[in-house]
Amino acid sequence: MNIWIQIAYLISTALFIFSLKWMNDPKTARRGVAAGVAAMLVAVIGTLINPAIVASNYKWIALAIIIGSAIGVPLSWVPLTAVPQRTALSHAFGGLAAGLVGVAEFYLSFSESGQELSHFRAAALCAEVLLGFLTFTGSLMAAGKLQEIIPTRPITYKGQKIVNLGLFAVAIICCIVLSTDVNYKFIFPFIIALALLFGVLLIIPIGGADMPTVISILNSYAGLSAVAMGFVMDNKLLITAGALDGSSGLILSIIMCKAMNRSFGNVLFGAFGKVQAAAADAAKKTVKSATPADAAQIMEQANTVVIVPGYGMAVAQAQHRVRELYDQLTKRGITVKFAIHPVAGRMPGHMNVLLAEADIPYTDLVEMDDINPEMPQVDVVLVVGANDVVNPAARTNKSSPIYGMPIINADKAKTVLAIKRSMNPGFAGIENELYYADKTLMVFGDAKAVVGDLVKYLSGENS
Amino acid sequence: MKPSLFKRFAVAFAVLAAGSILSAAAGEAAGEAAPGVVQHASAVGMDYIPTIFVFMLSTFVGLDVIRRVSRLLHTPLMSLTNAISAIAVVGSILIAGQQHAEYKFNILGMVAIVASISNIVSGFLITDRMLKMFKKRGGSKP
Repeated sequence: MNIWIQIAYLISTALFIFSLKWMNDPKTARRGVAAGVAAMLVAVIGTLINPAIVASNYKWIALAIIIGSAIGVPLSWVPLTAVPQRTALSHAFGGLAAGLVGVAEFYLSFSESGQELSHFRAAALCAEVLLGFLTFTGSLMAAGKLQEIIPTRPITYKGQKIVNLGLFAVAIICCIVLSTDVNYKFIFPFIIALALLFGVLLIIPIGGADMPTVISILNSYAGLSAVAMGFVMDNKLLITAGALDGSSGLILSIIMCKAMNRSFGNVLFGAFGKVQAAAADAAKKTVKSATPADAAQIMEQANTVVIVPGYGMAVAQAQHRVRELYDQLTKRGITVKFAIHPVAGRMPGHMNVLLAEADIPYTDLVEMDDINPEMPQVDVVLVVGANDVVNPAARTNKSSPIYGMPIINADKAKTVLAIKRSMNPGFAGIENELYYADKTLMVFGDAKAVVGDLVKYLSGENS
Repeated sequence: MKPSLFKRFAVAFAVLAAGSILSAAAGEAAGEAAPGVVQHASAVGMDYIPTIFVFMLSTFVGLDVIRRVSRLLHTPLMSLTNAISAIAVVGSILIAGQQHAEYKFNILGMVAIVASISNIVSGFLITDRMLKMFKKRGGSKP
């Protein structure tokens, strides 16, 4: 084995670890990206100098790299509201790459000497192909749902869990048989087909609000398929980098699950959003509504304003208007903070990125656990496109489907202003008691338009 | 993540790794006994065990490093790890670059390179684009 290849892989692994380590603070995070790029360059160069690669094939590799870059560069220009879709699509590409390499390795093992599969390598190869193709179709489905090409509503049918678990069991049995004796190679295409099908079926019952968890799980799978590829090829760089990615996805999905007070299994098989009918009886209560002018007046007299953004802000592209509002309020000496719920939006940290895009300093973005103790002292809470994450039923109503989910305690503030299109319940189909509370004023309309009106009123009075 | 949950994961993981070593070893022993199974000299034996150690240790490092990542940066973190998971490019290049009996394997490898390079390029570019936007008060860049 060429010593330089191993040294390159060692450096690359160390750089990947530093890359993730530097992500712990926004101050060093860009250095982290640089380390990641360097690690990847070292890894690619270390692979290209492998003597097993035939000289005449370099031009084809170069061609593939050029095509890949030509696809990748435009993919990085998407608007930040579309980042969840892009990430899901990228996971699909990652899964596809792992799956295709697995297919090639499998059939090569029969025709080339030195490539024969031991039981361990056969098992790893099955895991690679299974995870790779499952991630491929699963992520494509997730991207389609996020882009709203596919209906975002969860699709459920009777016996769904049994079908899914049954398919999964069949796939596992196929893998076990194949790793016991690789000569049953006719099973291999079935494993591919089952993985592709399973990816689709797994995402069908999942609704929009569960996307942060699902994207994290798919992220983890993409990494684990790289690990499995490392086992098959006996390549330690693939294992270390894949394990870093796998653990990142795992931690993010744990955080997301905890933020919704649900288990992995519940997210994957629970089909949230089926409960519309159950909560319809609360609709008779009355709400108080306010015009944007009233709302602006209320905010003007406040000392502290907390803005709670949600997916609605992303949909309405209202983040720049929110920034103008932030400017108007801070100009008057009002303290403005943003309360960020971990699952607000469609992927982990979605709101932070949108607000950062609008030039809001990250020091004013406060996590749920840090803002909740301050809530009773807050004069005005402005809810922009968030719903379930401020629903007090999660704290008080034991029969509510979201009971136990940690929420931002908007109801503890002195006044609540909620911008909403209509009184239709949110994604989970659960009535929000916050909107009927005495201290709550509803401002009906599109988030972008309403926040724009607030700004107009505040700045108009200023001149 | 609470430490207790982390510990539970660590234990589960160690058990899983030990189990996979044992079961693989058992399978390997059975394979050696069975006639007619073609095996390469290096594939016999326990040479996969160091890779399992590498996997276990790097997962622990990964869990510990990621746990410290600021929640502000979870979206950039995911696009960064997304680019890192495209390390599959290493395997893709090896498949595409070697001489095979049939061209279709090289083509599979090339498609895999296209897929993973597009991930690497877009993943790193968009991560950097997002991180540039995180500013402190007063517009000073991080």
